[in-house]
Amino acid sequence: MMLELLDFDFMRRALVAATFTGLAAPAIGTFLVQRRLALLGDGIGHVALTGVALGLLTGVTPLITAVLVAGLGAIVIELLRMYGRTSGDVALAMLFYGGIAGGVLLTNLAGDSAATLNRYLFGSITTVSTADLWLIGGLGIVVIAIATVLSPQLFAVCQDEDHARVSGVPVRAYSILIAVMAAVTITVAMRTVGLLLVSALMVVPVAAAQQLTRSFRTTHVAAMLIGLLAALGGVVTSYEIDAQPGPTIVLLALAGFGVAALVGALVRRRPALITPEST
Amino acid sequence: MTQPTSSDQPVLRVTGATVTLDGRRVLTGVDLDVAPGEFVTLLGANGSGKSTLVRAAVGLVPLDSGSVELFGTPLARFRDRRRIGYVPQRSRAVAGVPATVHEVVMSGRLPRRPYLGFGGRADREAVEAAVDRVGLGDRLRSSLADLSGGQQQRVLIARALVTGADLLVMDEPTAGVDHRHQESLAELLGDLSRDGVSVLLVAHELGPMRVLIDRAVVLHDGVVRYDGPVSGVTGEEHEHVHHHATRETRIDVPGAEGVW
Repeated sequence: MMLELLDFDFMRRALVAATFTGLAAPAIGTFLVQRRLALLGDGIGHVALTGVALGLLTGVTPLITAVLVAGLGAIVIELLRMYGRTSGDVALAMLFYGGIAGGVLLTNLAGDSAATLNRYLFGSITTVSTADLWLIGGLGIVVIAIATVLSPQLFAVCQDEDHARVSGVPVRAYSILIAVMAAVTITVAMRTVGLLLVSALMVVPVAAAQQLTRSFRTTHVAAMLIGLLAALGGVVTSYEIDAQPGPTIVLLALAGFGVAALVGALVRRRPALITPEST
Repeated sequence: MTQPTSSDQPVLRVTGATVTLDGRRVLTGVDLDVAPGEFVTLLGANGSGKSTLVRAAVGLVPLDSGSVELFGTPLARFRDRRRIGYVPQRSRAVAGVPATVHEVVMSGRLPRRPYLGFGGRADREAVEAAVDRVGLGDRLRSSLADLSGGQQQRVLIARALVTGADLLVMDEPTAGVDHRHQESLAELLGDLSRDGVSVLLVAHELGPMRVLIDRAVVLHDGVVRYDGPVSGVTGEEHEHVHHHATRETRIDVPGAEGVW
């Protein structure tokens, strides 16, 4: 069955895109969850929609306009978080609403139908072009590489921002880097999971992994593996049942969380089976 | 690399510090010195500005006016970050993803590689030594979330010590820690103090720490109200001093509403 799927060019492209998406989303998502900013991805996804619509309106590849607008939005969000006072929360909400309203309006102006928009909101395996794939692969590798190479520094920033700042770690620069990486990941994932559900692939695999782990590094790696399995499984399933890939990927990831939570609860209820926590 | 600190130069000098947060004046013209090897405690009621003062001292809160010098260098130009060990309030120790004691203490090594780089063997050895020092050598691979409040506090101290800090700045390390753990914490801080580490400690209650303290500074409404030996801290006694009041001298401040 799997081999038969690979006969289709579009399916091969979709599976490659899913590989980068499944690995990159939890790679950066782990830092967002650690920092208790799990919903940040949602907000940036909304803003990215305006970027997609700008692409549709101007005839530029939507992936490129989306990554630019989402990146810019991420920087604005991070600056609001840093310097904003009590009104920061509301300012963020307004940015998110503006993103989604602007996206829908501009798509209408471009003369594209709701069906076009739908493909970006929930993913579409048949529309990944070869040019898209190069962009998805390139950006995906950059995100995974940064999340790996800078992991000691990003860990410190997300674990305890104050302590990192006193230690001389450039907290503001790294905070902006995390937000921009989230924006890039959202654009990478847009074709596969779609903008409205991409945040789930950044968060759910991490939540699933930490049911069974007690170190950051294991959580990080396990989340990437769960994300990869969910993305690949979701793309194949969506082809088999003729559904959009976004919802199937996310439901698979949630099922993974359910299993992990159950196993985690069983393990914790029988502490005698766990090896002692020694070095 | 570092200018040697002359023996009489304070490790921390705050001069005329005035801080406004969200439009409210929190500190007004506060002076505070910590001499090498000195153990100074900062006392005051909730809202007296003691946390803000230590946060300003390590550069987390900007000053409206006044200055901070660390080891004789103005804060803005101070680069030798490994010399300060900052221990924030424990309530924020556990983040959204599990992390082991080893991982958290390892992040204390970042003054040596703030921009890039992984820990090497020297870092791992320093982490093990620091965790041993706080008495948690057998919990190196435990998740921080699985430890008690007192143990988490020790992990944060190990993270502060892991670069060989000369000055420990601690924000309410005894908050929410039971008496037994406070005693072992006091023992640990006593050892560090004898080794020449300077300590600036924000406290709500002194408990077993009391005997270690060289000097107490009392803040009230953002102004230094007292600066001298602990024994000189006076005031009206509250009903709710301590459950174990027999072990301690009662300390109080005029107008303080906190539990001492």
